Amino acid sequence: MDQDLVADLYRQMLRIRRFEEEAARLYTERKIGGFLHLYIGEEAVAVGTASVLEERDYVITAYRCHGHYLARGGSARHGMAELLGKETGCSRGRGGSMHFYDLEHNFMGGWGIVGAHVPLAAGLAFAQNYKETDSVVVCFLGDGAINIGPFHEGLTLAALWKLPVVYVIENNFFAMGTPLQKTAPTEDLSIRALGYPMARDSVDGHDVFAVRSTMHTAIRRAREKRLPTLVEAKTYRYRGHSMADPAKYRTKEELEEWKKRDPILTLGEKMISLGMKETKEKIDQEIETEIADAVEFAESSPMPDPSTATDYVYV
Amino acid sequence: MREIPIRDALREAMSEEMERDPNVFLLGEEVGAYNGAYKCSRGMLDKFGPKRVIDTPICENGFAGLAIGAAMAGLRPIVEFMTFNFSLIAIDQIINTAAKARLMSGGAFTLPIVFRGAGGAAYQLAAQHANSFDSFYAYTPGLKVIAPATPYDMKGLLKSAIRDDNPVVFFESELTYSLKGPVPEEEYTIPIGAAEIKREGSDISLITWSKNLFLTQQVADDLAAEGVSPEIVDLRTLRPLDKETLLSSVAKTHRALVIQEQHEVASYGAYLAHVIQSEIMDELDAPVGLVSSLEAPMPYAKSIERIVLPSKERCLEAAWKTLEGWR
Repeated sequence: MDQDLVADLYRQMLRIRRFEEEAARLYTERKIGGFLHLYIGEEAVAVGTASVLEERDYVITAYRCHGHYLARGGSARHGMAELLGKETGCSRGRGGSMHFYDLEHNFMGGWGIVGAHVPLAAGLAFAQNYKETDSVVVCFLGDGAINIGPFHEGLTLAALWKLPVVYVIENNFFAMGTPLQKTAPTEDLSIRALGYPMARDSVDGHDVFAVRSTMHTAIRRAREKRLPTLVEAKTYRYRGHSMADPAKYRTKEELEEWKKRDPILTLGEKMISLGMKETKEKIDQEIETEIADAVEFAESSPMPDPSTATDYVYV
Repeated sequence: MREIPIRDALREAMSEEMERDPNVFLLGEEVGAYNGAYKCSRGMLDKFGPKRVIDTPICENGFAGLAIGAAMAGLRPIVEFMTFNFSLIAIDQIINTAAKARLMSGGAFTLPIVFRGAGGAAYQLAAQHANSFDSFYAYTPGLKVIAPATPYDMKGLLKSAIRDDNPVVFFESELTYSLKGPVPEEEYTIPIGAAEIKREGSDISLITWSKNLFLTQQVADDLAAEGVSPEIVDLRTLRPLDKETLLSSVAKTHRALVIQEQHEVASYGAYLAHVIQSEIMDELDAPVGLVSSLEAPMPYAKSIERIVLPSKERCLEAAWKTLEGWR
């Protein structure tokens, strides 16, 4: 096994986990306002996917966006500053938790209306064909997004016009507090692909290597054949829908079962069994330092000046 | 000068801009092989090919959202809604995505995109096909909203809309696509946010936009026959509003009547009355008058459709009320 790859995947997943644990703490201290939707538990999906993308590729997602932003190379400092509503944030404090953007890394956000970003992803992919690049687009969405119109309209156009886009349903089994059984009559969400039609796959989203392998195939299909894919990644969010949600709609036992297979925990154990204990400890320490620095940076940054309240409305 | 119909003026604007910039493209229902539901894109598929003149399935949210995504990646889409009645399927993309992307990203996004098509009532299309949504879109910061009347203004403003780096909503009218007017052969543009005095006068400012300019011209002719000197302010752009032209006209005539196809409640015309009254109250000799559609969805029958819409009779009645004490 490629030890550099193992170390990098572990680092990327831990970075997201620790960033969000600190965000949760700052939220309870009321330093973060509004909604805070945490990705904790789902890190292998973002990191496995990002690890097989090229810099020129695009990523777009919904409001649970911190993990994808960080996996794509977004700065922890500017992300944390965004959560605190600071001028130094990745969206200059105008977006907040749900609206992270980092166009330097082709991270296109950060969208708050369920399903509405699905056609946007088709448009990013359309532009790649129009400009004759070989870039591809990955669009993450939740299992709660698969019943709304724009999801179907976006996938219809992606299939019809053969667009280089991979849609990844992060199936965490709950649309906010409503279990999947109440919103979809099937356990394999990728079969939705059949009607458009487009290629499909389903993967264990807690297994970062499985995600890599599935996404590698789907991304190659997009890049080389200019064809879309619908991928379902089964995963689990350990926290509530947002910080306001105590998640009483599920059992502790169910949560504990998923945590036993936690992608960061299990990859950490694998590193030790591979004789990479020192590397792991070094990464642990580096991430602690990076996140502490991000919090310090965010807390000491200025808020947007009141005189700028209506800036960034028009070009 | 040659005279051409509005549909040709629009086609020339789109074609010239597509020749000028390879990133400009047109998509919408029936824009290609069918040459446009109202023939605004006649011949464009043959001229530019299917890569740049794109027929879509019926999925307004999908193709409006796709166009926004394409704009995010550097293209300059023109989205044709067959009519703006159907734009409500896409209104989340227009208002919640296009209008807000720049602010939410702290200025990272630039979204050059035009949403255009027919707005307002035509003849007996019944309630769901006769909506006038000017106020809906003008309400939204982050959009520019254009509603011209004449072929000349349509062409010059559509060219500016396509070159603008912001999302623009551009209203046309089913009733006037065949209306002819002078349009020069040589290239020109008209700046967004510039109203125009379409008729100079000194007694009352008749303020309007879109196809109601033509109704307002009839009202002005009738008033003039009675010895009144009416001035017509054609706003042409609703957002941003050309306050300077509007207010200097009213400051000159001291009386203002707004003629709009919107319903009165929470409407653009009501906003204009507020602007005038709050900024130049001392100049006014009468309250600002407002003629609107009645507070009902559009009925089908001819006899009541014309009652719901602003009519010449209602406009004249309102004008004379505003002119009370004139002379």
